[in-house]
Amino acid sequence: MSKSTGLPRKRFYRARAHSNPLSDSHFPIPIASHHVDYSLHYPQVFASSDEVQVSKKVQFADIGCGFGGLLISLSALFPETLMIGMELRDKVTEYVKQRISALRVANPGQYQNISVVRTNSMKYIPNYFEKGQLSKMFFLFPDPHFKEKNHRRRVISPHLLDEYAYALGVGGIIYTITDVEELGDWMKACLQSHPMFEALTFEELEADPVVNLLTSATEEGQKVARNGGQTFQAVCRRVQPS
Amino acid sequence: MEDAPMEYGESNKEIEVAPALIAVHPNQESVAVAVGSDLRVFDLQGDCAVSLVDDSSGGSLHKDSIRAIRYGANGKLFVSAGDDKLVKIWSTESWRCISTVCSEKRVSAVAITNDGLYVCFADKFGVVWVVDVDGSDGQAIVNKKAAPMLSHYCSIITSLEFSPEGQFIVSADRDFKIRVTAFPNKPLDGAHEIQSYCLGHTEFVSCLAFACNVEYPQGFLVSGSGDSTVRLWEISSGTLLDTCEVGGKAGLLESNGREEECCSAITDLCTNSDGTLVAVAVQSLQGIILLSCNLSARTLSLAKVVSIGGETFIPTRLVASRSTGLLWMITGVSNLRGYEYTSLARVRVIFGFNKSNHDFIQNERLVLEDDKVPGGSNLLEKLQGSVSFDEKVFVAAAEAVKTAMGNFITVCDTMAERRVRNADRGRIRDHNADCS
Repeated sequence: MSKSTGLPRKRFYRARAHSNPLSDSHFPIPIASHHVDYSLHYPQVFASSDEVQVSKKVQFADIGCGFGGLLISLSALFPETLMIGMELRDKVTEYVKQRISALRVANPGQYQNISVVRTNSMKYIPNYFEKGQLSKMFFLFPDPHFKEKNHRRRVISPHLLDEYAYALGVGGIIYTITDVEELGDWMKACLQSHPMFEALTFEELEADPVVNLLTSATEEGQKVARNGGQTFQAVCRRVQPS
Repeated sequence: MEDAPMEYGESNKEIEVAPALIAVHPNQESVAVAVGSDLRVFDLQGDCAVSLVDDSSGGSLHKDSIRAIRYGANGKLFVSAGDDKLVKIWSTESWRCISTVCSEKRVSAVAITNDGLYVCFADKFGVVWVVDVDGSDGQAIVNKKAAPMLSHYCSIITSLEFSPEGQFIVSADRDFKIRVTAFPNKPLDGAHEIQSYCLGHTEFVSCLAFACNVEYPQGFLVSGSGDSTVRLWEISSGTLLDTCEVGGKAGLLESNGREEECCSAITDLCTNSDGTLVAVAVQSLQGIILLSCNLSARTLSLAKVVSIGGETFIPTRLVASRSTGLLWMITGVSNLRGYEYTSLARVRVIFGFNKSNHDFIQNERLVLEDDKVPGGSNLLEKLQGSVSFDEKVFVAAAEAVKTAMGNFITVCDTMAERRVRNADRGRIRDHNADCS
């Protein structure tokens, strides 16, 4: 921990960018969404586990949240909304936990609405979220899985979109961005061909304050900007199938 | 870390045992049994054994263990599929194979729509495929290609069921989940609308069935699991209505002396025609457990333990004939090692399964003797391959099935542990590299 800021030092939490989503790593999995103890994640919002009432639920999910950059930016933008990051890598999840803890201590009353959980979101999204619970889902710079035989491991795929459509309420928004053009085309194509997603119009994208954060809020996005790379985004709304 | 996708069951290089399966025609016109790659059918109407006709270009008959067999609700179609990655669709009138569909992976479950228009099959990778069956019964269909309809990401699908009115398709997997998906008008374009998830089981879900009657035509879902419970669900909301701790209640744990989870896993279950009874096969129980199902109260409760005396009969599959109220049971396995017989199949029948009244439950003599079974010794000879057995074979078969089910869980665990160890090793290496 850095003595000056109290924030964790990233160099002690380095991990490979790639993690095998097929492996059944041993982390606890809630049997169903009502088994998740939100008082552990948002202690100021829910004083005890009994107080997790029906009213307040997680609404934003950052899938593959990495080092937590997006969550931290979103926290101030939507202070009344509960948000959670999902990350597969153990060390990175630890880093985000420490980072949020430190920020809460340094800024009393702030950052109480964000948290992180270590899980495989490709398998366990229905375990965490009820039908239509989420209003925003983020997939920022996902693993491209370049080889064609590994394409089915991509976090955005025709079949997995069924599960994301389940967790997102009608009108909810899915944000995807990548610096790999082929992956960008793939994600856009998957979303376009899925009957429950419809692309946002240019005007809607302009009006959404979150869209700018896709490139600027995360470490990955900042790295791409530094290197002068291009990004490819696809943002869609969850709709009723016709 | 391995790059190849994790294939459960295929990592085990030994020849796997396959439990014996049984299926009965909705009007009990015929009974089918599958043991290993052998498919045996007896025609009860004609009182004779059936010779299957298969001149598909995909290959005649099955070449490897059959893992799923099923009759369609209207009785016109029969489907068989398994480890040879072939799904064979048969006409029940001519017993000719009218279509052979190739699957990319080994097949673990099949289902037929109530109107007989589509056949769905699930593979060991968690994908459910759909293929349309041409309306022309009996006519050979040009080899069809299946379309992927939905997927349980990287999980083996253990059971597939259509809801009684055909609105939903329910799929259960080894990761404790049951998914209820709306079955669309054009299933070949995919089934994208997830209606609900039925979550609550704490072990792999092994079997599904619907309990319905005239009053509740949409019915309720009944599920059995490796966690030794049978649960009742309302599928449009995914609500758990009741849980019956079968293993504990039947006193299995006490009789074994020590608690062995895989000994009381639910192997199979089936419901009767008016949704009042559920027959449950539990690993290590020589017989079945009858549960009383109350659809208006939405409850399940233990009614009776039916022992099957005379031989060590631990059923591997149960199926009910709606029209006659007979419960057909089979025990058996293929690829038995180190024994004179390489496979076993033994069929027993319980009568009165369509009645839930007190008398039926109290009646001790529920199991039919061999001479009272429909089709008698002709049927038994055809389906079992023999009419007399050595008791030792039953014991060996029961052990083999138990081991196979144990492997089902532990293979997955072992592979997961190996990955975690490798992952940890990788992390230590990375950490060292960064800190230097």
